[in-house]
Amino acid sequence: MDKNSSLKLGYTNRSNLKMNFLEVLLQDIGEYILLMKRVIAKPKNKAYFRKQLVDEINVLCINSLLIISVISIFMGAVITIQTNLQIENPLLPTWTIGFVVRQSVVLEFAPTIVSIFLAGKIGSHIASEIGTMKVTEQVDALETMGINSASHLILPKIIASSMVNPLLIIISIFLGLLGGWGACEFLGTIPSSQYIEGIRSWFESRDIYYALVKAFVFAFLISSISGFWGYKTTGGALEVGKTSTKAVVSSSFMILLFDLIITEIFFG
Amino acid sequence: MIKIENLYKYFDGREILHDISCEFESGKTNLIIGQSGSGKTVLMKCLIGLYEAEKGNILYDNRNFIKMAKKDRQILQQEMGVLFQGGALFDSMSVKENVLFPLIMLSNLNESERNDRAEFCLERVNLQDSQHLYPSQISGGMKKRVAIARSIALNPKYLFCDEPNSGLDPKTSLIIDELIYELTHEYQMTTIINTHDMNSVMAIGETVSFIHEGKLWWKGSKNEILNTDNDELNSFVYASKFAQHLKRK
Repeated sequence: MDKNSSLKLGYTNRSNLKMNFLEVLLQDIGEYILLMKRVIAKPKNKAYFRKQLVDEINVLCINSLLIISVISIFMGAVITIQTNLQIENPLLPTWTIGFVVRQSVVLEFAPTIVSIFLAGKIGSHIASEIGTMKVTEQVDALETMGINSASHLILPKIIASSMVNPLLIIISIFLGLLGGWGACEFLGTIPSSQYIEGIRSWFESRDIYYALVKAFVFAFLISSISGFWGYKTTGGALEVGKTSTKAVVSSSFMILLFDLIITEIFFG
Repeated sequence: MIKIENLYKYFDGREILHDISCEFESGKTNLIIGQSGSGKTVLMKCLIGLYEAEKGNILYDNRNFIKMAKKDRQILQQEMGVLFQGGALFDSMSVKENVLFPLIMLSNLNESERNDRAEFCLERVNLQDSQHLYPSQISGGMKKRVAIARSIALNPKYLFCDEPNSGLDPKTSLIIDELIYELTHEYQMTTIINTHDMNSVMAIGETVSFIHEGKLWWKGSKNEILNTDNDELNSFVYASKFAQHLKRK
């Protein structure tokens, strides 16, 4: 692949080049930025873009609702049981367990763990979809029609997931707390009235903003990084599988890195 | 008319195309032949803007594609129809949606006009009964015909076909060849076809350009190709046992 075409299409063949890890990393970051410059463009046909957006919301987000609900309920129940087991100090009131569960779910478990799960589900989906289009010349077909293929394929996915993922995280928080209540009510971990008192104590709206900002940023990272890896695919079916794996691994890593950065910004 | 002037293309410092200059006439099927790896696909990708040539000019009716701004290029690309080797149909869309896609994205037609045009194109390639099927549900030959219908949807001035017969049996290949030939004359398009199928050359080759090791080795008509004294071209033309048998006869 020649240099000009590589930049234009957002990928580079470096098979013949001896590059160290840092050079590869910097090159990937550079290519990612160049691709994002192409992605953020005015859609050619607004009505068609709206249709794409609805489809992506359905495929990427609504289809994840059931599994996220199940994960959240069990996560809330397990955190409640574990917190109760770990806090055996008679000086601490029982409602503290509800408080700890709420903070754990709102601050970390719902936005971060669910996003890492979504990086696996959505990330591999995006990378393999775009990667397959790339190796079967469907992306070339778009380009030869005079359509900005990067924007056409990746932008609806970024907007759809950035719009809906915060909503998924709110649902996850609610169901996580409900799972904790279920553990109290049906397994008798602690009296449910104490649990409810705990989850209502010391509430700060900043925690919710923090969770929503994380959900938004993580959704952008998952969809854009996976789109980047999909767009970078060359070769055949084997490479599609490899780039899907890279998409999941790098999205998950970036989620953890940005979790640290956002936490430092909010609470540092 | 498409004119190429002194075109050069390199990959990682390796010369793939060397000083290619030629003209492709309007209303004719212009065939580019050559062995696999000779550079004909790279040449076609340079022509349609998927690769950037390092040196030279590509003139579409005197409009220099190489020196155009990106926006102007995209407008010119809308005058091109491209038939890719594998068809490059969008898997998530039905046959009709594939043909409708360029009309939705790039034309100013209203919904009923778009539908009429898509149905007309599908009828033209004899696929009016398969419009609700998906690419995974149709044969290789049908995929090629859908790709042809999609490429002519916007009434292109230039049609590019990259090995339109690859993976097809001789009979289906002939159907595809004849379809491309008919459409070229019907719409007076400048058609460029990459192939290494000598059946296609003899069936529809109005002008034939032979590319060898990245250079334009020979240009002529299909009748001249059989009587040439060019050794490289002869070894390509008579490579198959069948052609050798015919030559001996």
